[in-house]
Amino acid sequence: MQARPRPAEPELADVWDAAATVVDPELPVLTIEDLGMLRRVRLDGDVAVVQITPTYSGCPAVDALRADIVAALAARGRDARVEVTLSPAWTTDWMSAEGRRKLEEFGIAPPRPRGADGIVALGLGIRCPQCGSLHTRELSRYGSTSCKALWQCQSCGEPFDRFKEL
Amino acid sequence: MTDRLSLLQSNSSTETPAAPAQPAADAVARYALGLGDDALVLAQRLGEWISNAPELEEDVALGNIGLDLLGHARGFLAYAGSAWGKTEDDLAYFRDEPEFRSRWLFELPNGQSGLDFGFTILRQLVASLYFGALYRRLAASADPSLAAIAAKAVKEVAYHAEHATLWTLRLGLGTDESHGRMTRALADLWPFVGELFDADPATAGLDGIAVSPESLRDEVLAGATAVLEDAGLAAPQVPFARGGGREGWHSEQFGRLLGEMQVLARAHPGATW
Repeated sequence: MQARPRPAEPELADVWDAAATVVDPELPVLTIEDLGMLRRVRLDGDVAVVQITPTYSGCPAVDALRADIVAALAARGRDARVEVTLSPAWTTDWMSAEGRRKLEEFGIAPPRPRGADGIVALGLGIRCPQCGSLHTRELSRYGSTSCKALWQCQSCGEPFDRFKEL
Repeated sequence: MTDRLSLLQSNSSTETPAAPAQPAADAVARYALGLGDDALVLAQRLGEWISNAPELEEDVALGNIGLDLLGHARGFLAYAGSAWGKTEDDLAYFRDEPEFRSRWLFELPNGQSGLDFGFTILRQLVASLYFGALYRRLAASADPSLAAIAAKAVKEVAYHAEHATLWTLRLGLGTDESHGRMTRALADLWPFVGELFDADPATAGLDGIAVSPESLRDEVLAGATAVLEDAGLAAPQVPFARGGGREGWHSEQFGRLLGEMQVLARAHPGATW
């Protein structure tokens, strides 16, 4: 599975680039491309078909994203339709390096590579996105959204969100 | 027993592009309906904890777990509805008690006398292990839609199981008070665990598509028993209650749950916000 399947064909690449400007309403520093939610684009006649995959099954952002994608394509004079696909299931491994960097800058510890199968064991420390310390601890396995856990840095004292591996 | 699915059959000839492959569309939809109802009803129960959990982090955790389950329910119900010309909302809000196919474990109130965190944690433990075992198998279903919903859900319920396990250990090994309350909650809950493995009439004729509930029994019970043992607790030796959710039989409390869940949609049909 390619992390960033941007099509080579110019007209499709144009559709892709327009859709790729849409940001996650709950993580406004990340585009749907950074997150790996943007899976595929195609043309159905004149209508652009944009395929996205939700991060979590209950992700409430999907309806907002649908509208934002249609609006982003309309701004380029193109009718669009959004398809939501569950398979293959989204994984944090599809998040781009750029996305991880932006997430950390925003104050959220990015997910670690998940590997081939299963949830990674908690071995390495999670780095505080504020001060860089590895002396951190988990406060709660669930944070402000399903995709995050709540952590606290023992060095600088700041609580922070951590994007969980999925 | 009379057929209680009259609403569901009214549009059974309607075809939509997303409908499961014929000729088993109606059968697959009936199976998906039960799975969707289980997740929907438990999501609704978890929602009752929001602003009521013992600490803010648990408000957030139980709310998020409920949201994941609601996502699974939406997948299954939207898929079931596609065979009948119904939307997920038609199925969630405009069916009455006997038309729901959820198991009793999921509809039990969050404690026998008011909200009980220990009871909810124990139910989450059993439910998450059950969903995990079910979805791991269903991810290999010959029906691609069921397989896709399950493959996505299985990763999420692994986190739910971990959450419930950590709390079971903490409460079971905690104080005399927390241990005593977990023991009482376990006695209330355990009779309803057996129904999870009772035959589901909707699996008939769906070999390779549906998962036999009986095939989940050993894995789920062994998993739950191991956690309980680590937590210094033991499953009580009690007979399992009758249940019958997959045939449309429900407990008295289920009507109240539905009343709360459906009142807005029924008072203002078609409302959006």
